[in-house]
Amino acid sequence: MSQNQHPYEPLDESVKNKIAFNQGNDRLKAWLALMCKIRAFEEKAEELYTLGKIHGTMHLSIGMEASAVGAIMALDPNDLILSTHRGHGHCIAKGADLGLMMAEFLGKECGYCRGRGGSMHIADVEGGNFGANGVVAGGIPLAVGVGLGLRMQRTDKVIMCFFGDGAANSGPFHEALNMAAIYNLPAVFICENNQYAMSFPYKKAFKVARIADRAAGYGMPGVTVDGNDIFAVYSAACNAVDHARNNGGPFLIENVTYRWRGHSKSDANRYRTKDEIDEWKQKDPIQRLMAYMVDSERLSADDAEKVQQEAYDSIDVAVTYAESCAEPALDTIEEGVYA
Amino acid sequence: MTREITYLEAVREALRQEMQRDERVFIIGEDVGVYGGAFGVTLGLIQEFGEERVIDTPISELGIAGAITGAALTGMRPVGEIMFMDFITLASEQLVNQAAKIRFMFGGKAKVPCVMRAPIGSGTGAAGQHSQSLENWFVHIPGIKVVAPSTPYDVKGLLIQSIRDDNPVLFLEGKLLYKTKGEVPEEPYTIPLGKAEVKRSGRDLTIIAYSIMVKRAMEAAEQLAKEGIDVEVVDPRTLKPLDTDKIIQSVIKTGKVLIVHEACKTGGFGGELAGVISESEAFDYLDTPIVRLAGRDMPIPYNRNLEYHTVPQVENIVEAAQKLARLEV
Repeated sequence: MSQNQHPYEPLDESVKNKIAFNQGNDRLKAWLALMCKIRAFEEKAEELYTLGKIHGTMHLSIGMEASAVGAIMALDPNDLILSTHRGHGHCIAKGADLGLMMAEFLGKECGYCRGRGGSMHIADVEGGNFGANGVVAGGIPLAVGVGLGLRMQRTDKVIMCFFGDGAANSGPFHEALNMAAIYNLPAVFICENNQYAMSFPYKKAFKVARIADRAAGYGMPGVTVDGNDIFAVYSAACNAVDHARNNGGPFLIENVTYRWRGHSKSDANRYRTKDEIDEWKQKDPIQRLMAYMVDSERLSADDAEKVQQEAYDSIDVAVTYAESCAEPALDTIEEGVYA
Repeated sequence: MTREITYLEAVREALRQEMQRDERVFIIGEDVGVYGGAFGVTLGLIQEFGEERVIDTPISELGIAGAITGAALTGMRPVGEIMFMDFITLASEQLVNQAAKIRFMFGGKAKVPCVMRAPIGSGTGAAGQHSQSLENWFVHIPGIKVVAPSTPYDVKGLLIQSIRDDNPVLFLEGKLLYKTKGEVPEEPYTIPLGKAEVKRSGRDLTIIAYSIMVKRAMEAAEQLAKEGIDVEVVDPRTLKPLDTDKIIQSVIKTGKVLIVHEACKTGGFGGELAGVISESEAFDYLDTPIVRLAGRDMPIPYNRNLEYHTVPQVENIVEAAQKLARLEV
């Protein structure tokens, strides 16, 4: 499959430069650092899984970091997100503590969910993350309720709801986007089109060229962007968040991206070629931001190296902390079933 | 002040009073606005509270369930309505995987205080897809509470309590009970969830019933009294959490148990009740096997006579109780 047929307009270079100028070098460096932390966190999680220290399964978003960071950087700190089973990036970008997160992966009592949720259900309610979700499209109807609650409470907060291309073909997507539209809710829907719903390619699963074209069917604006270009994602997300916050109603953004790893740990990659994966690795969103910053002399090559190293160091600190935490006590096993 | 109102009016009064008391409470469902809901329960509420708090939805049951769950996460106290319990099949993903599990999966760091109301039961001629009693599906799901009141008094107090509860509550209203009348105080009051009530005290045998079957069991008990069979009727009112103590006490007292519900017998709540009794100290007091009288294991048919004979009626309860009362050890 050629990867050059994606139906989005590349972000205009002048827009990119303007965003970079407005953000300033420190903030761009913070974006880069977040993306590197997500990458480092997931690589470490994968390693710990292979060593048998992490239980169950996990869904890695390696290669999709610009989608999470670019979108969430458009939010205010008090805004809320709903994440997905492939949600490590969203959680970190929303400001989660890496130690508490890693502790959750190791099933520890001090983890975000006291070891009850794990990777697939990680939530940071205080930080405005209403959770990853083990059910594809499970979070989309929740966004309707969160949006109604925010509006009734007269806040100006926005709910940003992530889901994948697979979810966009589910019933909940239809019900929820329609309801969000008719109630004019402050919701931003981010479809991370990473090309595959497990093994089923989006080009076989959709007869529309752009998933964002479906927005028109609900009477809301929709846009498809290069999800591996953090500036394109950020630009679209800012526009959507402003729209939602100022009573314009919901917005659908499709970030076209790619997951380098398999769907989950059971994936043998039978449905795609190594060439295809390698082709997408050439579009690494982290390398793209880094190259842009270095080429435009916003960041030295040494500092870029340092940002990456610091990301890996921060994960080591997180792992050390997580390993020091206690296992949940057996006499607390039934806590939290009911309030 | 107490006066007689219908079960349906008692539901509406509970909703209205909670909405007056707490601005976090709102109603969302299909045709709950000017139409007043398929059964008229929410009639007039949109005029009093406006479109923002009485929200009509498209035909989107899953969306309704997501709306109450998500709104509860933000601190609201939503009350959803599913027009017929049969349609909860379409909403079950959000109720079972999201509402019921979020608190636990998040390590107890979130709460989901929402109510989903749904009418249950046959007897309206609506046949296979508008007549089911699917309560036991949800009894099986940890994290959700299940309430099934039988009287106007109970339905008001239990609904107010359900709205104030910090957990998802599935609130099941007996369709054929909507027009039944009873004494209900005007002022708001609560009945705790998980508390059964002995609706009629008796010596010879215990009937455990909920929702419409309490009414039928009470009628059967009156007939049986004329034959000298003194029946105790216990209404759990809340199926989950279940007031096992009151049930066990009654069985210890009478030594004989007839469990009555409308839902299909196989996999129904009666099996759970029988299990609770069998595992308890009441087992040693049983003079006879535990008997379940429940709906046949079949869809509800359309034909009036067939429909009538699909689920327990007063005469079936009388007959089952007579047999049980006569059984010797």
